[in-house]
Amino acid sequence: MTLKITRENIKNSLVDKIEDISGQNVFDCYQCGICSSGCPVTDYMDFPPNQVMRLVQFGCVDEILNSKTIWICSTCLQCSTRCPKGIEVAKVMEALRTINLRQRGGTLNPDDLKSKELKDLPQIALVSAFRKLTG
Amino acid sequence: MKRIGVFICHCGINIKDTVDVERLTQELEDYPGVAYIENYMFMCSDPGQNTIKNAIREHKLDGIVVAACSPTLHESTFQTVLKESNLNEFQLEIANIREQCSWVHNDIEQGTHKARLIIKTAIEKLKLNESLYPVSAPVTKKALVIGGGISGIQAALDIADGGYQVVMVEKKPSIGGHMIQLSETFPTLDCSQCILTPKMVALSKHKNIKLYVNSELESIDGYVGNFNVKIKQKALYVDPAKCNLCDDCTEVCPVLVPNEQEEGLGWRKAIYIPFPQAIPATYTLDVENCLGLEPIACGKCREKCTAEAINYDAKETIIEEEIGAVIVATGFDLYPVENIPEYGYGKYPDVITSLQFERILSATGPTGGEIYRPSDGKVPKEIVFVQCSGSRDPEHHLSYCSKICCMYTLKHAKLYKHKIHNGQPYIFYIDIRAGGKRYEEFVQQAVSEEGIVYIRGKVAKIYKNGDKMIVMGMDTLSGKKIEVEADLVVLAMGIVPSEGSHDLVKTMKINTDDKGFLSEAHPKLRPVESLQAGFYLAGTSQGPRDIPDSVSQASGAASKALILLSSDKIYHSPIIAWVDEDLCSGCTICVGTCPYGARELNQVSKVVEVNEILCEGCGACISACPSGAAQQKNLTDNQIDNMIKIIASGK
Repeated sequence: MTLKITRENIKNSLVDKIEDISGQNVFDCYQCGICSSGCPVTDYMDFPPNQVMRLVQFGCVDEILNSKTIWICSTCLQCSTRCPKGIEVAKVMEALRTINLRQRGGTLNPDDLKSKELKDLPQIALVSAFRKLTG
Repeated sequence: MKRIGVFICHCGINIKDTVDVERLTQELEDYPGVAYIENYMFMCSDPGQNTIKNAIREHKLDGIVVAACSPTLHESTFQTVLKESNLNEFQLEIANIREQCSWVHNDIEQGTHKARLIIKTAIEKLKLNESLYPVSAPVTKKALVIGGGISGIQAALDIADGGYQVVMVEKKPSIGGHMIQLSETFPTLDCSQCILTPKMVALSKHKNIKLYVNSELESIDGYVGNFNVKIKQKALYVDPAKCNLCDDCTEVCPVLVPNEQEEGLGWRKAIYIPFPQAIPATYTLDVENCLGLEPIACGKCREKCTAEAINYDAKETIIEEEIGAVIVATGFDLYPVENIPEYGYGKYPDVITSLQFERILSATGPTGGEIYRPSDGKVPKEIVFVQCSGSRDPEHHLSYCSKICCMYTLKHAKLYKHKIHNGQPYIFYIDIRAGGKRYEEFVQQAVSEEGIVYIRGKVAKIYKNGDKMIVMGMDTLSGKKIEVEADLVVLAMGIVPSEGSHDLVKTMKINTDDKGFLSEAHPKLRPVESLQAGFYLAGTSQGPRDIPDSVSQASGAASKALILLSSDKIYHSPIIAWVDEDLCSGCTICVGTCPYGARELNQVSKVVEVNEILCEGCGACISACPSGAAQQKNLTDNQIDNMIKIIASGK
């Protein structure tokens, strides 16, 4: 479908959010494709990492939030290591996952957790749950 | 009979691996005419050269064959060896057994056989070589520069600063070329006029430079170092010496004409000054649009002019100049935008060319540097730039890359963004070519920090919907079809040789390539010279290039011209045509055949004579002559026959 680009949607609030969470300037990407060519799991993705970057640049965040790609990414950091522009692509992927999870709702309230659960759950699981399911 | 020495080079293994040099040395020892023969690892090395010198002395040799690489490489090296041994350098023949033999064969038997034949032909040719001496002629120490853009200005200033006289010819009423139209320059974003006008002023005040504006080259005769030039200057209805730039004449002039300096975006009168910093600083009368030079028709400007600078009776003049060297800096035009109808130029006022946008951005332009779109004067909030408009499209338009559009478009987008902070520029591109110094950084900074959006794909169509221009494109990186509703569209037009240059090259008889750009003598090693001696090339007349490249090339052309002008005499190879007067019937077939105008019928003796300086030794006349009267020195029919006999014998 034809994508209508306007100055309002090209840098929308979701793009700002991605930049905010990841700390990356997505407009640094000049589409060399080294992230996708080196990624060990590109074959299993519906959008290779460079296209994820491209779609974010055009403000098409919803399209990626519903993609398999962000969940196939294993955060191996190959893309971040090789990027000639120093973009940590893996952090952009993580930002997209975070936004997806936050959009699903089900915010975690610490007061709802029982003291036994707090005692038994591994700390790493708690930290990760709070990160994904708050704010 | 000559005592010929033959010296076979191994060129390391380059020759030796495919040619049995030892066997050839033995075989050719007894060949008729050979007085001495030797082989050596590197004949061009100092010890190799000494071998030749010693042999000349000890064996009283008076002809030398060096069997080695192409004569384009070391012929002059070995000619010097002969001169140092008090032999005429034309008693040297190079037998090319590398490029034409060892490098193109694998089999040592075949290679050796072919090398044997090549060396024998060289010996046979040498037997009949005469001793020759370079042809010389004096040099007129004055240069002609055609074109007053940045390239011409730079070349003229360099030659004049070098102490030689310069005549500059410019077609328009002022020098400055396209550069004076530009707003800022990439990648530094400094003001184009601010850096150009000091050079224009310097040129106008230089004691060694004579400037003719409103002028064109009428004819050029003669040859390198000795050209006779006729310059046609249009009638100067306004005397530059009297005009005091009061502007009274334009106020009374009733005629409005689209202003070419503003690329048609503004108007001027029929009497006008092209731009405030014009050089020469004078008003000029556009006779084609003037209501009439008869005072009955109008005459308002002359009435008003208190300086009495206007003379309706002025006539066109022909100026004659003697010139030694010519710099051709005839510049470029934009590719005709009408050729791309799908982009809607001419139909929609809000589709404009890149040069028009330069004028909109320029402080001296029609909007005073404020960005308004032409249709309704609205500030464009979304602007689309279409790169490769006419370029890189061999099927429909220009096959080549116009080289400057990537960078000037980005400059446009940046300048736009600097003025309209909440505006959004989009650039449709196929590739971004940013190969100059600090160009890539210029691009990356714009994309990362300035919100300039690049979309990779060529625009298919532009049409109007309401007050918006709909740009239909594609982003091949995401695979998405893209549509932008733009307020203004700027077409980054490709560039072509300037319109006037087509006739000019015919007048000057210099070569162009298939695109009409001037041809250089060698694409790598002689990039600022024409093949025609005495002509030097500068700027976009030779191909698309930006300002730094044009300026460097102009200085390069100027230094080549200075070499010529600073020589007391010019020398020319004596391997040229001559006429056997007993055989010449005066049919003049050769006169028409000669591409250099070097042959002329002597009306008294009725035989053709050769101008030795003009003759380039191409041989066209020799093959055209029906009676065998035209001959090439040291390449006579006899010599060629003898060489063919060797090859044909196969031994």
